[in-house]
Amino acid sequence: MSFYEEYLKFKNMNFEKFFDGITKGDVLRVLGQPKLNEYDLLTLLSPAARSHLEEMAQKAHSLSVQHFGKTVLLYTPMYLANHCVNRCSYCGFNVENNIVRKKLTLEEIEKEAKTISATGLRHILLLTGESRKESPPSYIIEAVKVIKKYFDSISIEIYPLTEDEYRKVIKAGVDGLTIYQEVYDEDIYDKVHIAGPKKKYKFRLDAPERACRAKIRNVNIGSLLGLNNWKKESFFTGLHAKYLQDKYSHVEVSISLPRIRPHAGSFGDIYPVDDKSLVQIMLAFRLFLPRVGLTISTRERQELRDNLIKLGVTKMSAGVSTEVGGHSSSSKSDSQFEISDKRSVEEVRKAIASKGYQPVFKDWMHI
Amino acid sequence: MDNLTIGGKELQNRLFIGTGKFPSKNMIPKVIKTSGAQVITMALRRVDLSSKEENILDYIPKDCILLPNTSGARNAEEAVRIARLAKAMGCGNWIKIEVISDNKYLLPDNYETIKATEILAKEGFIVLPYMSPDLMAAKSLVNAGAAAVMPLGAPIGTNRGLQTKELIQIMIDEIDIPIIVDAGIGKPSHATEAMEMGASAVLVNTAIATAGDPIEMAKAFSLGVKAGRLAYLSKFGPERKFAEASSPLTGFLNEQ
Repeated sequence: MSFYEEYLKFKNMNFEKFFDGITKGDVLRVLGQPKLNEYDLLTLLSPAARSHLEEMAQKAHSLSVQHFGKTVLLYTPMYLANHCVNRCSYCGFNVENNIVRKKLTLEEIEKEAKTISATGLRHILLLTGESRKESPPSYIIEAVKVIKKYFDSISIEIYPLTEDEYRKVIKAGVDGLTIYQEVYDEDIYDKVHIAGPKKKYKFRLDAPERACRAKIRNVNIGSLLGLNNWKKESFFTGLHAKYLQDKYSHVEVSISLPRIRPHAGSFGDIYPVDDKSLVQIMLAFRLFLPRVGLTISTRERQELRDNLIKLGVTKMSAGVSTEVGGHSSSSKSDSQFEISDKRSVEEVRKAIASKGYQPVFKDWMHI
Repeated sequence: MDNLTIGGKELQNRLFIGTGKFPSKNMIPKVIKTSGAQVITMALRRVDLSSKEENILDYIPKDCILLPNTSGARNAEEAVRIARLAKAMGCGNWIKIEVISDNKYLLPDNYETIKATEILAKEGFIVLPYMSPDLMAAKSLVNAGAAAVMPLGAPIGTNRGLQTKELIQIMIDEIDIPIIVDAGIGKPSHATEAMEMGASAVLVNTAIATAGDPIEMAKAFSLGVKAGRLAYLSKFGPERKFAEASSPLTGFLNEQ
């Protein structure tokens, strides 16, 4: 059993027809229910629900406070290498893009870790492009061993691994995995991933599940908003999160809502996702899966990020650089994408506190 | 004095407080002060000794008893490792065992909890295990060396009160070590109810931390716990199906 079978159940569903049939009454009925099914999720993603965002927000807020308290966990990404063999039309690391490529040495990794940990952050997300030659699992393991001294929680956002490889990185000290399917629609997936190992849709789709089987603690999934109609993509993302939560109850599942940002290269075929739609997706996820974590990165503007806190965000990045060695090195690489919220960790900490929320720096430790 | 004795410590206050979910850590000392709570639980995963500002321990008065919990443990082995870390970090030898491998409902795993309790009690910890109310599991915890048992009133964070009332009552009636109702208590009246039933103490976090005014709510809970305990000690009059006048009109017929 794989999530792919779940995907196939809905792949050919006529979403437009379903949405056309949704009335205001249907939305209100879903809002009155304590437990939602997949059609309820779709109802909350429908155009009809767009007129009920305030009611959705009130309920999402109280569910979030109940399950997570008034707290937001802070983390930051650390780019280890941007070598990549894939041709993904939407990504700055695309092998065809003529950008400065770099891979940190273990000494540089330590320097970067020291600089980041001095800001008070205790949770780190390690990133690489997909290059098993330049940044193989053994390199990730070495990096984790160096970084462990400086951080209490280490997550990875790298190319998909086999179950055995996940087991090895977990043993080295990794407790979280972030992996976005990018786009659940199989045909679009094939179109935007022009060449390279990332073309294997199913290998990527099953990656979070392999990590769950290898006993990872946290899994963070998502679709890159803008590659397809966000209603469909968010529906499949929600289904995927539910699938993982139901099947691997020992794993904390969270969802990111990344919107495409400007980047090196030229991908013009973007389905727009406005702020209101982003909010609708977030609220629908919270109501559908009250215990799922919701992550908002610095891709979003600071004002928007601050306003999203009360709607149910549980994790936020801060003090971000998307360049390899971006925190401590004088010779930086080119970035994966442009960030929007450029505030320091301290500024984000203050902003969260001013909303009446507690910024949490540490929520795990190596045991 | 109606003290509660756990692990050789005499406690005057029967409200235990959790430190998660607060909008600001600055509220924690005030909540502890207004409630008079003496036992304070905190997730070890949140303790950061390297940070002055973020170290939760700095917000807990020194005369309180620290009850670090093993939040995040998915089995006995992880709970044991976290407990040992807590001790090594200077959090004392009290430990609240939480073993949860179900992130959907956050229900504890009694079997793994019993295993962890046995190991840690042997190592000299004062073990307070969080559990799903079940008489046989509670007896096993007693045999494993628990200092008290902490059954849940309702799933954690739900504020739904004593949904497991019947099972907790049986535990209170049958188990000789203190029963501390943990999780699900959403209102001071729920805390009163638990104390009226004969619970030795209650542990409250979400209901205080997420209240509009956590500090005043802490005071309300403290009063609720005291009222319930006093009522329990005062012994209730019998409940009857029909009304019975306090000054009966036919009493003279029995007076000869």
